[in-house]
Amino acid sequence: MLAGAALLEGRPTSAAEHHQAAAATAAPEHSDVHGGFRGRVDNAANGFDPHVLLRDFDWGKTRRLASGRVLRSFELVALEQEIEVAPGVRFPAWTYNGRIPGPTIRAREGERLQIAFANGSNHPHTVHFHGIHPASMDGVPGQGAGIIEPGQRTVYEFDALPFGMHLYHCHVRPLAEHIAKGMFGAFIIDPADGREDADEMVMVMHGLDTNFDRENEIYAVNGVGFAYMDPPIRVRRGELVRLYLGNMTEFDPINSYHLHGNFFHYYPTGTSLRPSELTDTVMQCQGQRGILEWRFPSTGRFMFHAHQSEFTELGWQGFFEVVD
Amino acid sequence: MEARGATGDVPRERHGRAPRWLLGLLPLVLIAVAIGAFVGLGGPGLGGRAGPPIEELAVERTVLKPGRFELTLRNDGPDAVRVVQVQVNDAFVGFSGAEKPIGRLGSETIGVRQPWVEGEAYSVALLTSTGATIAHEIPVAVETPANNLSFFALMALLGIYVGVIPVALGMLWLPWVRRIPATWLQAVMALTVGLLAFLVIDATLEGLDVAAQGSQAFGGAALVFVGMAVAYLLLSGVSAWLGDRRERARDAGASGARLALLIAVGIGLHNLGEGVAIGSSYAVGALALGAFLIVGFAIHNTTEGLAIVAPVASYRPSIRRLAVLGLIAGAPAVLGAWIGAAAFNTSVAAFLFGMGAGAIVQVVVQLLPSLRDRAGRTLHPVAVGGMLAGMAIMFVTGLAVSV
Repeated sequence: MLAGAALLEGRPTSAAEHHQAAAATAAPEHSDVHGGFRGRVDNAANGFDPHVLLRDFDWGKTRRLASGRVLRSFELVALEQEIEVAPGVRFPAWTYNGRIPGPTIRAREGERLQIAFANGSNHPHTVHFHGIHPASMDGVPGQGAGIIEPGQRTVYEFDALPFGMHLYHCHVRPLAEHIAKGMFGAFIIDPADGREDADEMVMVMHGLDTNFDRENEIYAVNGVGFAYMDPPIRVRRGELVRLYLGNMTEFDPINSYHLHGNFFHYYPTGTSLRPSELTDTVMQCQGQRGILEWRFPSTGRFMFHAHQSEFTELGWQGFFEVVD
Repeated sequence: MEARGATGDVPRERHGRAPRWLLGLLPLVLIAVAIGAFVGLGGPGLGGRAGPPIEELAVERTVLKPGRFELTLRNDGPDAVRVVQVQVNDAFVGFSGAEKPIGRLGSETIGVRQPWVEGEAYSVALLTSTGATIAHEIPVAVETPANNLSFFALMALLGIYVGVIPVALGMLWLPWVRRIPATWLQAVMALTVGLLAFLVIDATLEGLDVAAQGSQAFGGAALVFVGMAVAYLLLSGVSAWLGDRRERARDAGASGARLALLIAVGIGLHNLGEGVAIGSSYAVGALALGAFLIVGFAIHNTTEGLAIVAPVASYRPSIRRLAVLGLIAGAPAVLGAWIGAAAFNTSVAAFLFGMGAGAIVQVVVQLLPSLRDRAGRTLHPVAVGGMLAGMAIMFVTGLAVSV
């Protein structure tokens, strides 16, 4: 009889027993079980914590115009700073407001938006928003204010249209370099009537080319590899989870998101209130994004990660911890 | 001239007052003070470093254990290197060791946890604190033999097969070389020179090959030539010393005995390098231990035995003395196999190969005068024919062995 067949005929072992067995054999380290880093990233030195950034939405400052419309204004500053993107690995990043991704700019459909941009770095930059706006507000060289040189500033002004999950990024060439170094962020426009209350979070998928060979050494969501492995993201059982997911990965054409032990409704680009599919895996090209909604029916730890195993094991994976 | 002559005594007297050791030491002290001041002032006028730190790490030794790679790293570059994360086949893995930065020429061993599969290829990337990656390939994963008694016994057996036995067999030509005419003996000596010349080329190339694979911090290929010079000079010194003693003893067979000993030592050093190559290849699983290989080595090395006995044809050494010569020439293969399998280091191996080559060059230089014919020519037809035959034999038998 084959050894495998003998195993199959034996008494099935429970997950709990497996757990005990694992604990008995010299307590493997976290990184042995799921992949991970040695050591910890110093969030305080970085100036941002991926766990805070996850649910951090920048609603800007509002003022009512004479017409009755809301004018919502934001501030973005281009900065150069070293970010510890994996324990011990210092990455010379270019950022909006000192974090990767930049602030999650959030508004309501139809509002007037003013985004003041100052370039505090040594390199020319712009802010190019995905959305519907005049050519002069496109944030590309040669249009409107064009390239914003170091020490210069400008104000981008346009209407918040259409509702959905969008992105913004620098549009100065070489594009891949500016984006890969961290000059991107999420731009969310809520429908005029709003959305159902939910535990909302934003994840922007990206890569980190730490040795400048135009391939990513580390993959991450929200700046730091394996950021949501330990500790995991805590969510409540039965509560609606709404994830704004975008892909700003450079050097690899696609990225993906896979949720364990559950299925989600997927709203491509978030521009329709009707989901396109119920699935557990979604693929996004560079610049693509969407909204995911689901509820966890039971407690426990559920993994999420890119379904490209390479990306998963190079940093793009995390856990939800579902509690009552 | 006159003026100097007139005042010549004065400075000599002044110098005479300072002790000689002080004059010898003074420049050293001044150099030390100058270096101290230069470093203390932070290299005045040089400014900061141009460009980012240069991070270079060489993997000197790879050991594969179940579920684990052990890499011995050597910092080749000018700056300290800090290994902060490790990837295997595009996945971050857990590892131990290298908690602190590795300084210039410093060495550190890291243990990488990887459930590897025999026969598969692995590519390890060490991620440094600046985000640079240092790649290391494991072309075929095979468990490194444990350094236990049975392993050492196997390596000893291997050394005896390829070193001791073939040399001993080759020495069995002694009765024959005693009976052949003088011209034939000269041809045999020329054959020996041809064999040895081939070994010099072989050892040098193999040394350069090994040197190119590992850390360059200790000189790389230069080590082969340094080893060559060291062995040549040492053997020349020993030879001259033995010559002085023998001359006083006025022993008739002395020069032949001395030559035999030198050849034995030279071949011994060569076999040490050969043993290292065999042992290290075996340790990384690159050596197929087939009967063919052993037979090939045996034929190849049998000729080395002939080289030892050719110079002693004219006198009658004791069996014990012959046995000692055989062991000097063959036994280092055993030692080499142990070193190669248990503590392989490319820098050491390159140096040993160089020593083997240098020792044989010295032997060839010693042998050449014995080839002279009555007219005093060394490269006469018999000698040339013998040398070419020797090189041909080594070339053909060498085809059977490739480590």
